[in-house]
Amino acid sequence: MEENIIVSLKNIAVDYDGERVLNGIDLDIRDKEFVTFLGPSGCGKTTTLRIIGGFVEAGEGDVFFDGMRINDLPPHKRKVNTVFQKYALFPHLNVYENIEFGLKINKVPEPQRRERIKDMLELVNLMGFETRGANQLSGGQQQRVAIARALVNRPRVLLLDEPLGALDLKLRKEMQVELKRIQQSMEITFIYVTHDQEEALTMSDRVVVMKDGEILQVGTPQDIYNEPVNAFVADFIGESNILPGVMKKDFQAEFAGHVFECVDKGFGENEEVQVVVRPEDVKVVSYEDGPIDGIVESVIFKGVHYEMTVDSHGFKWLIHSTKKEDVGKVIGMDILPDDIHIMRAEEE
Amino acid sequence: MKNKSSAFPYGVWMVIFIVLPLLLVGYFAFTTEDGAPTMENISKVGEFMPVLMRSVWYAVVATVVCLVIAYPLGYLISRGAGSRRRTLLMLVILPMWMNFLLRTYAWMTLLENNGLINRFLGFFNVGPFEMINTSGAVILGMVYNYMPFMILPLYAVMSKIDQTTLEAAQDLGSSFVSTFARVILPLSMPGVKTGIIMVFVPSVSTFIISRMLGGGGNLLIGDLIELQFLGNAYNPNLGAAISLVLLVIVLLCMSLLNQFGGEEEMEGALLDK
Repeated sequence: MEENIIVSLKNIAVDYDGERVLNGIDLDIRDKEFVTFLGPSGCGKTTTLRIIGGFVEAGEGDVFFDGMRINDLPPHKRKVNTVFQKYALFPHLNVYENIEFGLKINKVPEPQRRERIKDMLELVNLMGFETRGANQLSGGQQQRVAIARALVNRPRVLLLDEPLGALDLKLRKEMQVELKRIQQSMEITFIYVTHDQEEALTMSDRVVVMKDGEILQVGTPQDIYNEPVNAFVADFIGESNILPGVMKKDFQAEFAGHVFECVDKGFGENEEVQVVVRPEDVKVVSYEDGPIDGIVESVIFKGVHYEMTVDSHGFKWLIHSTKKEDVGKVIGMDILPDDIHIMRAEEE
Repeated sequence: MKNKSSAFPYGVWMVIFIVLPLLLVGYFAFTTEDGAPTMENISKVGEFMPVLMRSVWYAVVATVVCLVIAYPLGYLISRGAGSRRRTLLMLVILPMWMNFLLRTYAWMTLLENNGLINRFLGFFNVGPFEMINTSGAVILGMVYNYMPFMILPLYAVMSKIDQTTLEAAQDLGSSFVSTFARVILPLSMPGVKTGIIMVFVPSVSTFIISRMLGGGGNLLIGDLIELQFLGNAYNPNLGAAISLVLLVIVLLCMSLLNQFGGEEEMEGALLDK
């Protein structure tokens, strides 16, 4: 048994309208951890969250909370709270009353209630908004009320279902930092659902990548980014160049017509593999110096860098570079051993 | 500006069909047959106080019964999935496609002393019960005929309550009962109010239901008014006076409802036990 497991999913499966939406979900979530479920819409990440919250019943498998099986525990008896996608504030109550809701139900005495609500309003930066109606707030403010309303109950685990989805980019970035700060200062477990890979990488201690109701990979943001288990994960976590290749032997991979030094081993000799190279890892060099050559097809200014597409004998390379190349120019490209990621080829 | 001018036809419509008739009612109520001003008609309404009280009482009972039946129904329909919701709504609306009189006649044949229900019960040697020409029959008629007007506004308001709002309440620890008291009820109050008005107003002024299902013993204020205009008692001036008093009573009831039905008070009354 590992220590400090707070939520544990064992072989969870869910069918909806005869279709399997979750299959064989096995996951342990540690106490005080920031875990993110990441995946495209329809991958089952929200369903998994709702299983922990108690709003969806698992067809098969078990849910454990702090070592106790909670499959049959209704949502209102679970020690988790949820921040819903569309905030779901109570429209007939003001900010103060919204936050007070859970405390009242749990019969927290009035003076303590006031104290805790005050602390929460400070935490989410909404002092002075007590008497505002839920509908008189901006999206960001509603979001913060929703967070305060959940956190004020001091749950061991906070579930967040794409809470920043409706906010604009700048506000979203601010809230990401804010959420991470709250999670660390309150020392509780956050289980976060998003389809935004950047959000997942920025905030999480661990990322769970899901697709078609299954978990593809669990790991730290660095693991997921640098060592994706398959092309889907590689592609979903940021842009990447994925090429077919052959593993000549340990530390040597052939792709794009050349044999490259790499840091991967443990593949069969001449095993067919897939090679992932991040766009920022492709070095643009002169035509003579590069093992790979290609013609610059397009250049787009992206702020921090230029995004270029380079056609090399039919394969379109995506390159991020701070230096601009002219369209139509023939360039060379090189890749360092460290930046080459080898994955087993997928069937299909 | 534009809005005002496009509202003009409605203004005309309202003047011709609402304001003018009301003024006429007022005129008749305060004049004698010869057109001389008088208070006699109004003071004569006092004689019909028992009928008036009975009408209000029946209407109140019918409204309460409608509310009690319609509330869970409205909730059920509003939470139903697409096709189920449509089917249930259709079932609610369907009876309204039939003529009001026809529907009430149907109840007559059902409730009669040797009507369908009594004959059916006769097979088991139960009854016959006297069902037609009772106050119960009149109230049944009101409930049956006006039920959709209670269900529809309740359904409309409840279907606007977001399911996640209810989930949020559960998530914060509230059981179904507490979710109902703290979230569903306060959020559905506008529908309750509308429903009460939509059922109470036609119930209190009905005359056809009481005549068909109530026999002679359950004369309502609506019957009384009708008698003054079309019946043997022909006295339009008195009829107008009774109508005016009824109108005042209805308006009083509605303002009372607005006083009581304030969201905050309802909520407070329920929670601070």
